[in-house]
This record gives sequence, structure tokens and C-alpha cells, in this order.
Amino acid sequence: MIVIFVGVTIVFIVPRLTPMDPVQSIISRVTALVDTDPRAVEKLVETLTDLYGLRGSLLEQYLRFWKHLLSGDLGPSLTMFPASVVDIIKISLPWTIGLMTISTIIAWLLGIILGTLAGYFSNKRWSQILGTVVMCIYPIPYYIIALILVLLFAYLLPIFPLMGGASIGLKPSFSWSFITSLLKHGFLPAISLVIGTIGWIFMSQRALISRLVASDFIVFAETASLPRKKILSYLIRNSMLPQITDLALSLGGIFSGAIITEQVFSYPGIGVVLYSAILQGDFNLMMGISIFSIIGIATAALVLDLIYPLLDPRIRYK
Amino acid sequence: MSAFKELLKTDRRFLIGFFIIVTVIILAFMSFFSPYKPDERHVLPKDQSPSLQHPLGTSSLGQDIFWLLTFAIKNSLIIGLLAVFFSRIGAIAIGLLSGYIGGNTDKVLTTLADSFIVLPRLPILILLSFAFRSNLNFLTMAFLLAFLDWAWPSKRYRSQILSLKEMEFTTTAIFSGRRTLGVILKEHIPFLIPYIMADFISGFLWAIGMEITLSVLGLSNLDTPTIGTMIYWANYYQAMLKGTWWWIGPPVIALIITVIGFYLLSVSIGNFLDPRTRIQRIGGWRTE
Repeated sequence: MIVIFVGVTIVFIVPRLTPMDPVQSIISRVTALVDTDPRAVEKLVETLTDLYGLRGSLLEQYLRFWKHLLSGDLGPSLTMFPASVVDIIKISLPWTIGLMTISTIIAWLLGIILGTLAGYFSNKRWSQILGTVVMCIYPIPYYIIALILVLLFAYLLPIFPLMGGASIGLKPSFSWSFITSLLKHGFLPAISLVIGTIGWIFMSQRALISRLVASDFIVFAETASLPRKKILSYLIRNSMLPQITDLALSLGGIFSGAIITEQVFSYPGIGVVLYSAILQGDFNLMMGISIFSIIGIATAALVLDLIYPLLDPRIRYK
Repeated sequence: MSAFKELLKTDRRFLIGFFIIVTVIILAFMSFFSPYKPDERHVLPKDQSPSLQHPLGTSSLGQDIFWLLTFAIKNSLIIGLLAVFFSRIGAIAIGLLSGYIGGNTDKVLTTLADSFIVLPRLPILILLSFAFRSNLNFLTMAFLLAFLDWAWPSKRYRSQILSLKEMEFTTTAIFSGRRTLGVILKEHIPFLIPYIMADFISGFLWAIGMEITLSVLGLSNLDTPTIGTMIYWANYYQAMLKGTWWWIGPPVIALIITVIGFYLLSVSIGNFLDPRTRIQRIGGWRTE
């Protein structure tokens, strides 16, 4: 709880310490179009400051912010003014959650399976080749992976569409055409996310397994010539704890969205919204999304603490 | 030094990584002999494909890509090094403080670190670099990156210290009359150094990746050539659509090679220092 509190406070203070001023940026946008009376501008500034909840000292703003937050009100978006932050998040969050949950889980499962096999058969040739390939992909920054995928599959071989979450004009529904279009648009971003995250999972799993392989109960199981499948399932079960932790934390982290993914592939998710909010100084929207993300991660950590005893019966809380 | 020779001889990964890093550093140093200045534009004919005169062709901005790349590599390396330097100094200091002093100091520092861990890092980085865009140079950029990358490492240093404190030799040292500072410097730091080295490289890779991310979004100082800004300008002039692959290709490839090189080094150093593989190498104890 304290962590959430401090985290939210940091997110509250940091943008307000920057020299950005959302009111001024709106004013300059308005006055650029029409010539206005300076006194009217002054009035406008006052009204906007009031509406945006930016009036008063930092402390006053801060107290007011908590009062609203606790009643579930994140305030209006400063740039898309009458729309509330909650509404904007509601529109774009499903895209992000859909994309990121699926690709995170795919990457996780694939990483676990491949990592287990590569750790168990560590002397086989294919396992060493796989290890080398992963080792070369793992340190590459995510953006570069996404860029290469776009280069290959959208420019050179235009198999996949370059942008968007689904074809324009299609209404979200359960029709065949919508779902295929959704899959087609989501494919490249999802693949890039899978490649970007699988390296770490694969390597940590392989390291865990190669440690386990040397442990007594596996040596015993081998001598007792238990079927391979059984041994592998023992291995997986025993390496699960840290991996579940990773999975939960990354699922908790998806609320801040995949800014880069959504930017590169022009995916209509929360990351793009957050990015434009940052560039336009939309404090409330930024805060809203960050709070979601902080709460997401903190909740994931809490849930983990609660389910650990289920996963590993050796852990008991007194 | 003997460890270095042994690594070169026994570990192919180290050999490859070392070779790559030396090449990259030579490339970076070549920037001092560049016939063009890094900020010179429109001095050469545009969009020329690679030739003897311009080994990697020229860009739509009339720059020689090979020499620009040398500057870019140098600057990216500098930013990465500075960032990792600041963040690890902070991380080590905080980790040591909360590990050794304990009590309330430890509680406060751990809570602070935990709060930084739950922060969405990338959005905050984007926000800060957007806000300070006008005076973003190497130092401020490195500070920004360090500001967001000290929390995890400091927690790891703390846990290392906590386990070192419980070791028997610590008690022995204390009973034989070593002062606290002596114990820390003479007994514990040598244990931490290998760990710090591997950690440095991973932080370095993170910093380089973030620099690229920010530059590609157009949020860093775009006039300084770094690998990220090179990619930014290539994208800006739509190098892919125009088919000027020699513009977008080299920075991407240079980056990939650099990160793989550093990563191989860190894996091999980490492996070398892992006590278990050490024992295996000496041949005293085998797992099979």
C-alpha cells in the first residue's frame, strides 16, 4: 500500500515540476487561430486552470487530487477536454489488453517449453544452436526488433498491413471479417512482442533447469528410468515459482501499454494515448494511465504473495 | 591479467565479444579522423549508393554515412557509459547503505526503491525528456536514464550485502579486530566486483536501448549523431520507401553487433566467475 502511495505521489509531482503548462498550450492553440482580446485570454486562463484542477499550490492540488481519486474520479482529459479520463482509457484499454495478454502468454509458454527442453538436453546440437540464436536476439533493443519486422513484412514483403488495429470502417463485432482483420493487424505487433520478451524467459528457464538437472531427485528419477515425460514435468513444476512471478509482474505491467509497439505499428491502444498525452502536457490523462499501471503491478505482486503457497506447498504463512 | 588470457583461450564467446568490442571502439575512435564534421549537412551529393569514395553511401541530408556512423557509435557509447556510471554509483551507494546500516534507514530506502520499481519507466522517461528537450545533452540524458534505473540494481546489491554479512568470514574478520570500513573494503567489495561488472554491462545495454527509443521518438537532441538519431533521420526521410537501405541499415547493424558483443562479454565473465563452473574447470567436482 505504501508503495502504491509513494508511486502515485511521484507520478503526481514529476509532471508538475516540468516546465510544461497545459493551460498555456491550449491558449496558444486557440489564439493562434483567432485574434482575441487579452482580457478574454486572461479570463480563459483562469477558467481553464479551475476546470483542470490546477489552481492553488501544489499541496492543495495534491489533496484535491486524492479526494477525487478515492471517489473514482480521475478528472477530465485536458486536451480532449469534455471527455473524462476514464472514458478515454475505457476505449483504448481493450486493444492493449488483448494484444499484450495474448502475446505475453504465448511468449511465456513458448519460452518455458523451449527453455526446459534446451536445459534438459543441453548437450544436443539443436539445443546449443537454439541457445546461440536466443543469445544473439536477447540483447537487441525492442525497437530494433519491431523495426526489422516492419521492414521485412510490411515493406519488402507486404504480407501484413502496416498500421491500425483492424481495417478502417469495420465495427467491432464477432463477425468473421472483423476477427480475421483483427488477427491480421495484430499479428506483427504480437510477434514483435513475443520475440522481444521470449529471450529472457528462455534463458532464465534454461538456467533454472540446468541447475535442477544436477539435483538429487532428478538423478534418482533418471536412475529409476522414469519416462522422459514424467521427468520433464517434475522439472517444470520445480522451476515454476520464479517464472510465475515474472508472468504476473509483466501482466500487471501491461496497463502502461506497449508505447513503442503501438507507436511503430500504429496500434490504437493505450500506449499511443499515453504518448500523445505526454507530448501535449495532459496531466490528468497521464496520471490516470500511470495509476492504472502502478495499481496493476502492485496488485500482481499482492496476488503472487497470496498464491505462492498454492504453487509451492513448502511455503506456508504463519 | 591471467584471467583475461585464460578467458581468451578457453571461451569462444569471450573471444568473439572481445573482438567485436575492439572493432566497435576502433570505429568510434576513427571519428577523430573524420574529414567531415558531425553536424555538417548538404556537403555531398544526396542519396548516393555505396562506392569507393563513400564506403557506405551518402544520406538524403548529404552526409557521408560511414563517417557519420563513427560519430554515432562514439556518442552512443558515451551516453551509455555515463548513464550506467551514474545509475550504478547511486545503486551501489543506496544498496550498501540499506544493507549495512539496516533498521529504519533500510526501511525507508527499500520503500523508495520499491516505489521506483512500480513506476512505469518508459512513460516517465518520455515525459522528462520531452520537458527538458531543449537542454538535453549527454550529461542530462545520462542523468535521466540513471534516475530511472537505480532501483532494481540497488535491491540486488542490498541482498548481496545481506548474504555477505551472514557469512562466517565476516564474523571472523570482526572478531580479529577489523574496523567496519575495513571489513567492507577488504572483505566484501572483492566479492561484489564480478557482480558489479556483469551488472554494469546489463545497465549499459539498457541505457543504449533507451537512448535509441527516445531518439527514434524524436525526443533527444536530434542534432547530435547517435545511433538512435541516425535511425530517426533515416525514418524521417523515409529511407525504407526510397530504397536507400545503406542509410537505415548501417546504424541498425552496428547497434545489433555492439549489443551482442557486450552481451557475450557479460555472459562469459559471469560464467567465468560463477563458483560452480570454476570448480568444474579446475576439475574437482563434476555434476555428471
